[in-house]
Amino acid sequence: MKRCRSMLFMPGNNPGMLASAQSLGADCVIFDMEDAVAQTEKDAARILIRHALTYMRPQGVGVAVRINALDTAFWKEDIAAVVRGGADFVLAPKTNGPDYVRELMAGLEAAEAEHGVKDARIVVFALVESALGIENAFAIASAHKRLGGMLLGAEDLTAELGARRSAGGDEIFHARSRILMACRAAGIRAIDTPFPFVTDLEALAADAAFAAQLGFDGKAAISPHHIVTINAAFSPSPEQINWAGRVMAVARRAAGEGKGVASLDGMMIDLPVIKRAERILAMCDGPVEDFHAN
Amino acid sequence: MRTDKCIPDIATALREAGVRDGMTLSFHHHLRDGDFVVNRVLDALETLGVEGMRIALSSVFPVHEPLIRHIKSGLVRSLDTDYVSGPVAKAISSGILAQPVMFRSHGGRPRAIGEGSLHIDIACVAAPCVDGLGNINGSGGPSACGSLGYILPDAAHAGRVIAITDFVSKEPLRSISIPHSSVDYIVKVDTIGDPAGIVSGSINLTRDPVAHAIARNAQAVIRASGLLRDGFNYQTGAGGASLAASQYLREDMRRMGLHGGFLLGGITRYMVDMLEEKLFDAIFDVQCFDLHSVRSIAENAAHHEISADSYANPGRKSCYVDFLDVVLLGASEVDVNFNVNVHTDSNGMLIGGSGGHNDAAAGANMTIIVAPLVRARLPIVVERCTTITTPGASVDVLVTERGIAINPARAELAARLKEARLPLYSIEELRAMALNITGTPKKLALSDQVVGLVEYRNGTIIDSIYAIRDS
Amino acid sequence: MSGIKTAIAGTLESNDIMITVSPSRQEGKNTIAVESIVMRQFGPAIIAAIEDSLTQFEVGFVHIDARDRGALECTIKARMEAALLRYKELPS
Repeated sequence: MKRCRSMLFMPGNNPGMLASAQSLGADCVIFDMEDAVAQTEKDAARILIRHALTYMRPQGVGVAVRINALDTAFWKEDIAAVVRGGADFVLAPKTNGPDYVRELMAGLEAAEAEHGVKDARIVVFALVESALGIENAFAIASAHKRLGGMLLGAEDLTAELGARRSAGGDEIFHARSRILMACRAAGIRAIDTPFPFVTDLEALAADAAFAAQLGFDGKAAISPHHIVTINAAFSPSPEQINWAGRVMAVARRAAGEGKGVASLDGMMIDLPVIKRAERILAMCDGPVEDFHAN
Repeated sequence: MRTDKCIPDIATALREAGVRDGMTLSFHHHLRDGDFVVNRVLDALETLGVEGMRIALSSVFPVHEPLIRHIKSGLVRSLDTDYVSGPVAKAISSGILAQPVMFRSHGGRPRAIGEGSLHIDIACVAAPCVDGLGNINGSGGPSACGSLGYILPDAAHAGRVIAITDFVSKEPLRSISIPHSSVDYIVKVDTIGDPAGIVSGSINLTRDPVAHAIARNAQAVIRASGLLRDGFNYQTGAGGASLAASQYLREDMRRMGLHGGFLLGGITRYMVDMLEEKLFDAIFDVQCFDLHSVRSIAENAAHHEISADSYANPGRKSCYVDFLDVVLLGASEVDVNFNVNVHTDSNGMLIGGSGGHNDAAAGANMTIIVAPLVRARLPIVVERCTTITTPGASVDVLVTERGIAINPARAELAARLKEARLPLYSIEELRAMALNITGTPKKLALSDQVVGLVEYRNGTIIDSIYAIRDS
Repeated sequence: MSGIKTAIAGTLESNDIMITVSPSRQEGKNTIAVESIVMRQFGPAIIAAIEDSLTQFEVGFVHIDARDRGALECTIKARMEAALLRYKELPS
C-alpha cells in the first residue's frame, strides 16, 4: 500500500500549478474542480485537468481529482473527464450518506462503461464535511467496495456547527475520532482535514502530530508549504523504524521455530504488535507498491 | 589649511580633474536603482562638450536609461561593466554601441584595474557620507548604502578621484572605506540617490512552491555533501530559490548545533539574521541589498566591508571566494557541459552578467546551480548556452525541482549524494526530461554583430554576445 | 465588440494561454494570430497545435487570437477546446 501522508489541493484551472504537481513533495495531489474553480470556469478547468492527466501526469505521485458535488450540474461531466484522463482517486465532496456514495459509484461505472474503461482502477475517497456526514460515517465508509478512504473537511463542518475554528482543534476532536473509527471499522484509509492557518507552521506541526497520534494515515493540505511538515509528522521516527524491524525479525524467527509467542525487550510480540510494526514499515521510504493493492 | 578639495559642482570638478575626449570614467552600483550620480555626471559631461567617453560602471540598472541618449549623441562610446539590466540592456542587445561592451566579473574588474588593462582616468564615487577631510564611508547620511566594496579598487588606482556626496559629517568618520588621501575632489550636491531605489526595504522570501522545491533539493545536497560542518563558509545569491535554501540551511545548522565561519558577497537580512544568531562568525560584504544589512554593517563589528579586490580578484595571492565551502548561484541556462549563462535569456537578450557568478563558482569547494527545469515552456538545460558566463569546469551540481545532476568530474560527491538517495540524473537525462515537457525549441537565429565580449575573471575572453535580430 | 460572436478561454498568467475565438476575417478559411513570449522557439508549434484543435472541433471558419505566456502544448489544446466549445454554445 503506497503512502498517502500528504494530499495537496491544487487549483484545477491553473496550468502552471498543475505542471508543478510532481515536484512539491506531496505523496498525492488533488486537482480541484470544485471550490478552487469559479462557476464560470468549470468547463475550462475540467478540460484542462483532463489534458493534464493525459499528457503531464505527475510521476511517482498519486493523483486525485476533486469533482463537483452531486447536487451540481457538473459532476457527471467531471467524472467522465477523470475516467478519460485517468487518475488514482476521485474525491467526492459533501458526502453525507451511503446513498450519496452509491449514486456516485453508479455515475462512475456508467462513465467507465461509456468510455470503455474496464479495469475499475479509480478508487473513490469520500470528503465528509457536514454534521450528517459525520453521523453517517460508518455507513459511508462501508457503502461500497470501491471506496478507499475518507477525508475530514473541517471548514464546512465547523461553519455548519457554529464552532470557532482554532489552531488547537478541540472543536473537531469528535469529528476526527468518528471519521477515524469508521475508516478503521471499514478497513479504509483515514485522511485528516487541512490545517487552515496557512502561515502558522509551528501550529501545523502540532496539529499534524496530533492527527498522526490519533491514527490517521495522512493529512490533506491547502498550501504546498505544509507538505514537508505533514510528511514528517506521518513518517515514523528512526527509533520506531528500528523497533518495527526488530519486532518483525523476532516474529519471523518465532514463526520459523514454530513458536506461537515471542518477546522483545520484555514485551510480548503478539498480533496487534506485529500489525503496528508492519504499519510503521509500510510508512517508511522505500520501494513503493501499487496504490490499488489495498 | 586645505580647502581646495571642495568643488561647488560636478562639471567644475570634472574640468579640474582634466577631463578630455575619450577618457575612461568609472562608477559603482551600490546605490543600485536609486543612483543619481551616473546620470548627473553624464549631464555634466554633456555641458562640458566632451565625447567618446568610456564608462566603466560596475553594474547598470534601469535608472541608468539616460545612458542610451548619451550613447546616441556620441558622448559615450563604450561600456565596461559586470552586469546590465533594464532599458540599457535592451539597447545594447539591439546593437546601439559600435564597440562591444566589455563584460567582466566582479573579481575580473579589480584584476583589470590593478594590472592596467582597465585604466581609469577619473573615478566618480557616490559617497553617502564624507567628513571634513574627505574620508568616505557608506554607512551614514540619507543615502546610506552600506558597503562600498566595488569602488575601492577604482579609488586606489584611478588618475583622479571625485567624491560626490549629499552628506558631510561634522565629526571625523570612525570607520573609513576610502581614505581622504585617495580623494582629489569633493562635490556636495542636494541628493545622490533615491533611498527607495538604493535598498529594498525588505527582500521577501518567495512563496513560489517550485522555488521552495528547488531549495529543498539544494538543502539535501548541502547536507549530504559532507561540507556542512563547523567553520562552514557560505555564499548565496539573492534569488528566490537561493534565499529559501539559505533559510533551510539555517534550520539545519540550528538543529545540528553547527557554527559556521563566514558569509560572503551581496548581503541580505537573512544573512544578517544568521550572524546575529551566532550561526556564523562573520560577514564579508561587498554590497548591501537591504536596510537590515546597511544597519548591520554600521553597527556589528563582525560584519565587515571588503573590497571587490580581496573579494574575488584571481590575481591576488588569495581572495575570499577561495575559502568558500558552498556557493548557491542561479542560471538562465545550463548546458550539458555544465556551462552556465546568466548574461542572456533564451532569446539572446541581455538580462544580466556575471557579477560575482564565475568568481564564486571558481573559488567554492562546491558550486550549486539552482534553477527550475522549465521556465514558461523554455527548457533551462540546453545543448549549448546562448552565452557562457561560467565555465562548466567550475560548476559541480545542478539542482532543479525535478532532479539533481552532478558534474561527472565529481565522482566522490556523486557517491555521497547517491548514498543519501537523492534524485540523481545525468545532465543529459535532465535535458531529455525538460524537452519531454516543453517540446523541442527552434534554434535561435542571432545576428553576427558582436555587442558584448565576455571576459572570464582571469582575463580570457570566453564568449561573445550577439545582437538580437529583428524578427 | 457588441454583436460579434466571441468566446474566450484561458488567462494571461504565466504558463497559460488566452484564446479568443471569433468569426473568420477571411471568407472560406481560418485565420490565426499568435503573440507569445516564446515565439522564437515555439511559434510554429503553437500554430500547429491551434490548427490541430480546429480540425478536431468543427466550428466553421473562425479567427483565433492567441496570447501565450509559455503554455505547454497540452494547455494550448485544452484552452482551444474550451474556447471552441464555448463558441459553439453561443447563439449565432
